Amino acid sequence: MSKKEDFVKFDKVDKSYDGKVLVVKDLNLDIEEGEFVTMLGPSGSGKTTCLMMLAGFETPTNGEIYLDKNPISNIPPHKRGIGMVFQNYALFPHMTVFENLAFPLKVRKMSQVEIEKKVDKALSMVSLGGFANRMPGQLSGGQQQRVAVARALVFDPSVVLMDEPLGALDKNLRESMQYEIKHIHESIGVTVVYVTHDQGEALTMSNRIAVFNDGKVQQLSSPDKLYEEPVNSFVAEFIGENNTFGGEVSEISNGTCRVKLEKGEIIANPISVKSVGEKTTVSIRPERALINPKDRMDNNQKGKIEEVIYHGDHTRVRLNLLGNSEFILKVPNSSQNLDIKLGNEINIGWNSHDARALDPK
Amino acid sequence: MSSETGKILTTDGIPLEESLKQSEKKNKIKAFLLVAPLLLFLIITYMIPIGDMFSRSIDDKMVTNMLPKTYKAMENWDGKELPPEEVFEAFYLDYKILVKNKTAGKLQTQLNYEKNGFKSVLKKLARKQKKFGEGNYKEQIMKVHKRWRNVEYWRAIKRRAPSYTYSKYLKGIDMYSNEDGKIVQVTEDRRIHRILWIRTVEVAFFVTLFCFLMAYPIAHLLATLPMKYSNLLMICVLLPFWTSLLVRTASWMILLQQQGIVNDFFVWIGLVADDNRPEMMYNKTGTYVAMTQILLPFMVLPLYSVMKTISPSLMRAGKSLGATPATAFFKVYFPLTIPGIGAGCLLVFILAIGYYITPALVGGASGTLISNQIAYHMKSTLDWSFASAMGLMLLTGVLVIYWIYNKLVGVDNIKLG
Repeated sequence: MSKKEDFVKFDKVDKSYDGKVLVVKDLNLDIEEGEFVTMLGPSGSGKTTCLMMLAGFETPTNGEIYLDKNPISNIPPHKRGIGMVFQNYALFPHMTVFENLAFPLKVRKMSQVEIEKKVDKALSMVSLGGFANRMPGQLSGGQQQRVAVARALVFDPSVVLMDEPLGALDKNLRESMQYEIKHIHESIGVTVVYVTHDQGEALTMSNRIAVFNDGKVQQLSSPDKLYEEPVNSFVAEFIGENNTFGGEVSEISNGTCRVKLEKGEIIANPISVKSVGEKTTVSIRPERALINPKDRMDNNQKGKIEEVIYHGDHTRVRLNLLGNSEFILKVPNSSQNLDIKLGNEINIGWNSHDARALDPK
Repeated sequence: MSSETGKILTTDGIPLEESLKQSEKKNKIKAFLLVAPLLLFLIITYMIPIGDMFSRSIDDKMVTNMLPKTYKAMENWDGKELPPEEVFEAFYLDYKILVKNKTAGKLQTQLNYEKNGFKSVLKKLARKQKKFGEGNYKEQIMKVHKRWRNVEYWRAIKRRAPSYTYSKYLKGIDMYSNEDGKIVQVTEDRRIHRILWIRTVEVAFFVTLFCFLMAYPIAHLLATLPMKYSNLLMICVLLPFWTSLLVRTASWMILLQQQGIVNDFFVWIGLVADDNRPEMMYNKTGTYVAMTQILLPFMVLPLYSVMKTISPSLMRAGKSLGATPATAFFKVYFPLTIPGIGAGCLLVFILAIGYYITPALVGGASGTLISNQIAYHMKSTLDWSFASAMGLMLLTGVLVIYWIYNKLVGVDNIKLG
C-alpha cells in the first residue's frame, strides 16, 4: 500500500473566536498517511485549536480542512472517524474498561463477538490484558492513559489525535509512555497528530514537528533538522538551548557572512539574511562551541568563566563572551585537563556553519 | 532500651499504648463537646417532639382515668347485652365526680368521637343525675334517655378501656374497629383520608416530575455557560429563595386567577374565549403550578452541583468515538447525572409530600393535601392525637421512600453539592 501524501491537509485555515483576534492565521499543513506529526508550541499558540478543528469541535473561520482529499468542515465530529486521546483521558467513569473500549464499537453496531475480539486485542496492545473489568477510577494515571489510547485506536480510525496526553503523568512514566505510544504507532501505522508543549516529548516521538507560535507554523520539519537547522530565531530559542548574539551584517559572500557585534565580530552562516546592513540574531548551540579546539575553527574567541554548574554527565559553564554574559557551554565530564575554574579565561571556537544568522529578535 | 521487654515506653516511662490512649481521649472529649450542642438541640427539637407525637397518637389514658370504677366493673361484662347494675352504678359514681369537677365536657367530646350523638346523651345525664335516688341506677339512668338502653353506647365506652389504642391510625386510612372488634372500612361517603393520601402522593410525584423536566436543562445551562452568564442565571434560580413563601404563593394567586394575567394572555392570543376562562386556581392545577415553581431550586441545585463536575471532554470523547450527540448524551452524560437526579427527586418529593401553605392557599377543595388535613385537626377539631397519628404516618411514608431509594440507588450516591 502506497502512503498517501497530504492525507490530512489544512488549507489556508484561519480561526478567530471573538472576531477580533486570529488565533490561527493562514495555516497550511500537509500530513502524510501513517505519519506521526507533533504540533509543538507555547500555550496560546493555536496548536490545540488546530487539533479541535481537525476533530470537529471547532469550525474554521476561513479555509478548509481535507481528510483523504475530502473537505470535512461540514461533517460533524461523530462522522469523521477520528480517534482522540484527551488531556485528562476523558474515560467514562461509570463504565468498566471493557465498556469504555466497547463504546465506539457498539455505536457502530458491531456484533458482540467482534467487539470482544477487538477489545481484547486493543487491551493487550497496551498490555492491560487483565484489566477489562476494572473501573477507570481503580486504575493509576498511567493505566488510565493507556486505556484512553486503546479506546482511541480500537475502532481502527484513520487518524488519531492526541491532546497533551502525557501532561498529567510524572516524569518517569511520561518517558516510558512516550516510547510506548511511539511503538504502537510504528506497529499499526496509524496517522497520529500529537499536541504538546514539551519539546523533549516532541523530539522523541515525532516523524515531523510543526512548531507553532502566534497562530502560525514557524517550521515544519523532522526533529533533527528542527534542532540543527532552525529557520528563525523563535524556533532556535524554543527548541533546545541556544546562545545568541544580536548584530548587523557587515559582509556577505560565498555562504558565509560577517556579523558585527557591539564588541567584536563573528563569522556566521547566513540563513535569513540577504544583504549587508541587515539586523540579525546569530544562534549557536552550546555543544557546537568547543573549549581549546584542536582543529582550526573560523571563529575563535576568548571568554571569561562566570559560573560552573555540575550536572552529573556534563558541566554547564557560563561565560562572558563578546559582551554576552549568558553564553552557555556544555562540557562532557570525561574531558580532562581543562582549566574550567571560575574566573579563568579560556579559548572558545566554533565553525561558521554552526553559527546561524537568523532574523533579529 | 525497653524493646527487650517487648513494650515500647515513652521518655516518661509510661507504656506508649497507654500514653496514646490518654492523648486520644482528650481529643475525643473535645470532639464530643464540640458536637454536644448540636446533639442536645436535635434531641430537644427533634427526638422529643417525635416521641411526644407518637405517645400522643396512641395515648388513650384520658378516658380510662376519668372512669376508673366503670372500667373495673366492666371487666366481667361480655358486651353482648346491656351491662349489669354494678356497671351502671360505677358509671354513675364516676360521672358524678366528673360533673362536680366540671371535667365532664372532655369525656363528652371523647366519647362522641367513638359514637356520634353521645354528647347530648351525656349532657342530659349531667343535668338529671343530681336528682338520682340511691339504688337501682340502671333503671334511673335508662329513664333519662332511651339511648342508654342501646348496648352500642356501652360498647363504645368499653372500647375506650385500654390505655393505648391504634384507632387513630385506622381512622387515618378510613378504617375503624367495629362493635365486634373487627377492622372494617368506614362507609363510602366518609372515606376522605384515603383520597387525600392518594392525592398527596400523586401531587408530590407529578411536582417532582415537572421539577425534574424543567430543572435538568436549566442545570445543564448553568453548568456549561460561561461564568458571567451562569452567575446571572444562578441568581434567577435563587431569587425565589430570597422571597417569602407566602409572597410567592400570593403572586401565583394574582397570576392564576380567572381575571388574572395568565388568563388575560390566553384570551389575548385566542387560546380561550373571554367568557370561558379556565379555572387555574383553587384546584390541582394551581397546586401543581405553584409548588413546581417553589420547589424548582431544590432540584436545580443538586443537579447543577453534579453537572459542574462532569468534564465537557467526556461528551467530546463520546462524539469523537462515533456516537451521535443524542447517544453520547444518553450513554455518557445522563448516567453521570443520576446521583444529582436522585438527590433532587428525593428532596423535592419529600418536601412536596408534606407541603402545607401553598396547597392551603391555592389548592381549594380539590387541591388540598394530607398536611392540610393534619393542620385542620390541630387547629379546628383539636383532635391532636389524630393529627399526631397522621403526622407519624406521613413520616413513616417518607422513611419508607428513603429506604426504597437507598435500596435502588444507594444513599451514598446522593450528591447535594
